[in-house]
Amino acid sequence: MVYLTRKAEFSASHYYHNPAFTAEENARLFGKCNNPNGHGHNYTLEVTVKGAVDPQSGFVVDLKQLKEIMSREVLDALDHRFLNKEVPEFLTQIPTTENLAIAIWRRLAPKMKSAQLHRVRVYETPDLFVDVFGEEDRGKA
Amino acid sequence: MKAYLTRRYMFSASHRLHSDEMTTDENQAVYGKCNNPYGHGHNYNIEVTVSGPVDRQTGMVCNLVDLDGFVHREILERFDHQNLNLLSEFAAAVPTTENLCISIYEIVKRGFKAAHLEGVRIEETMMNSFEYSGE
Repeated sequence: MVYLTRKAEFSASHYYHNPAFTAEENARLFGKCNNPNGHGHNYTLEVTVKGAVDPQSGFVVDLKQLKEIMSREVLDALDHRFLNKEVPEFLTQIPTTENLAIAIWRRLAPKMKSAQLHRVRVYETPDLFVDVFGEEDRGKA
Repeated sequence: MKAYLTRRYMFSASHRLHSDEMTTDENQAVYGKCNNPYGHGHNYNIEVTVSGPVDRQTGMVCNLVDLDGFVHREILERFDHQNLNLLSEFAAAVPTTENLCISIYEIVKRGFKAAHLEGVRIEETMMNSFEYSGE
């Protein structure tokens, strides 16, 4: 089994707000991330796939294909967007880094062909990142 | 879906690697320049990883304000700009980054209850790093 990681960058704006909470609760819970006009980040995405090395090509995955899938499924939808208003997942969910990593996993996993998706890592800043491995079991944590 | 959130922090501290159970020559042989008598310092980068399901109301594994507050209060204020050899953790243990990693893991494990602690990773320099997840 070999693991291959491809990086990409995108820039987007967002804000944190739950309409079920009062204005005061939102401000207390989300702090300056609650500013309704939004703010932005340069996100770094790392997509790790795993698989056996194909004896013919020497590849785990065709990098060109992986890059195309990442561009089409993720970057075209998220780059230079206001996540809360322009990305369907975040019309109903708060675009935290956790939910962003999960949304990216769900966009990519069904599109993988030869290799299997292993990990999606999203850096919001160099000091904050979230990993998901597609574990749906909510009882384990 | 379970998510793993990692936050990085930095503190600076000095230490000297020296064991009272070894002779001067043995200390020199084992620890080399890390055994120099007056100690030396590092900028330590700490990564704390917590995990759990994402709360539907907040979209979070845990509130970063809580994690940051805990780490600042219990880790950074304790270790930043200190001589590690003089802290109680290292009264009987050599302040290697292995032992520092275990100490920090134990403090977070004991005191931070808002999410499950997966592990602690410390970069002592750009060239070496240590991880402990309680095993």
